[in-house]
Amino acid sequence: MLNTKTISEIKAGYAGGDFSPVDVITSLESAIAEQDAQIGSYLSRNVETALKAAESADLSLPLGGVPIAIKDNINVLGEPCTCASKFLEGAYQAPYNATVITKLLQAGAIPFGRANLDEFAMGSATENSAVQLTRNPHDLERVPGGSSGGSAACVAGDLAIASLGSDTGGSIRQPASHCGVVGFKPSYGRVSRYGLVAFASSLDQIGPLTKSVTDAAMLTNVLAGHDPLDSTSLDAPTLDYTQGLDEGVAGKKIGVPKEYLSDDLHPDVKKAVQTAIAALEKEGAEIVEVSLPHTKYCVPTYYILAPAEASSNLSRFDGVRYANRSNDVTDVLSMYENSREEGFGPEVKRRILLGTYVLSSGYYDAYYIKAQKVRTLIMRDFNEVFEQVDALIAPVAPEPARKIGENANDPLQEYLADIFTIGANLAGIPAISVPAGTAEVDGKQLPVGLQILGPHLGEQTVLQVARAWELLRDAE
Amino acid sequence: MSDQLDISKVARLARLKLSEEEAAEFTPQLATVLSYIDTLNELDVEGIEPSAHAKPVFAEPRADVPGESMPVELLEQNAPSFAQDQIRVPRVVES
Repeated sequence: MLNTKTISEIKAGYAGGDFSPVDVITSLESAIAEQDAQIGSYLSRNVETALKAAESADLSLPLGGVPIAIKDNINVLGEPCTCASKFLEGAYQAPYNATVITKLLQAGAIPFGRANLDEFAMGSATENSAVQLTRNPHDLERVPGGSSGGSAACVAGDLAIASLGSDTGGSIRQPASHCGVVGFKPSYGRVSRYGLVAFASSLDQIGPLTKSVTDAAMLTNVLAGHDPLDSTSLDAPTLDYTQGLDEGVAGKKIGVPKEYLSDDLHPDVKKAVQTAIAALEKEGAEIVEVSLPHTKYCVPTYYILAPAEASSNLSRFDGVRYANRSNDVTDVLSMYENSREEGFGPEVKRRILLGTYVLSSGYYDAYYIKAQKVRTLIMRDFNEVFEQVDALIAPVAPEPARKIGENANDPLQEYLADIFTIGANLAGIPAISVPAGTAEVDGKQLPVGLQILGPHLGEQTVLQVARAWELLRDAE
Repeated sequence: MSDQLDISKVARLARLKLSEEEAAEFTPQLATVLSYIDTLNELDVEGIEPSAHAKPVFAEPRADVPGESMPVELLEQNAPSFAQDQIRVPRVVES
């Protein structure tokens, strides 16, 4: 049962000579072979390469011999990177490593398995994958969340030790919440985006999905840092995030944004957040109600800015240099149009259309510039609040995981569920989802996540509060 | 504003060829999203600076040092059509 272990446990086992990296890969592979036909978290994996890396793993390194599953929109040299799109499936092999992969390899980790996602990371349920459906390991009739649904499901189902995801509007935190694992989005610029297939460049951030807060800190240690290959990567000092993790919350001021605890929440989600607030207060945190008055404008702002950036980023998929080119080509224009018509799925097309529209002549100021101005107001809300408090505590999603197929043909309904996660992306701040009990739906207990947000580059505080909650939760 | 979305025009700008079914499906969906987006009109943003990023990004250029290029074989392996070390495309310039 090595597949159920955390990174810390795996490292302790290696150090004690209890088992080897080959044992861990073998255990994962047998769990995957047994269960992933049902869960559908992986799009591909190369067992031979992983076993070979396991045989020669340097266990003295920080993540020596630890396998990490990778969302299939991050380039790993020689592996496919489908973005769960017909455009890239079967047509692309990464010719280079993303910086996060180079860092994982340097730390001794073994990238193993490519996790499913919504096509080009556009969605909140992984149902927009053009390749396959991923099911929630806690209830196979339900979605795992998204867009990093495969990354969350493989960790939740013990088909991975930990994984990498990407978060543009909640795509790490929301599936982590729905699947009952930890999901951490660091500050914008903290982790290099080089080699992550771009969706919305001003919002995208890579981060870990893990079984514990300590594991998230260990992975953040490896992932964080300046990268000259990403011009938006911050040249700011990083910390050892595992140090001081158990510092606790005594004396910390934690804000509860009143706009995030509305009556629209599922009652059990609200209860989970309130339970955590009470526990942290008992532990010595000072709890204060705060206000983020522009919260209701986060979703409309995001659904202008993200599609606008996506329409520009995805213009590189033109059938020219890589990916599939249509066979129905008579001239350059038909090569572009037919390749894109055949390659992209419906949600990607909707967002490209929306983005193209808001950037088009006559609408640019009314939509795009306006949304950028509202983004300023949303950022100000967070800046002002973080002058009063060290961290914020909030729900991740208004409801637990929904049933497969429930929001088909209603994109707006799906977008509205991002309300509590988008703010952190617009403001570029770190935020984590930590399991916080369950909500009862149709007689089933489904995981609920607690969100902790911190000021820009406040990764350490976020992880400390998350760890404090994790200890309190487990002590109950 | 949202009633002005001319889907065939936007598709043309986006270099997307849409089927009739897609155009019929997307038009009302996008109209719903756009009318929701119009809630931003409640806000007075006069005098507010637009933010392209959460933090000012000083895109610092890298040092101008020649590095290794990606091997041609790797590009060839991903190109839909390739010949004589070059990517092949349909004729671009009128003859």
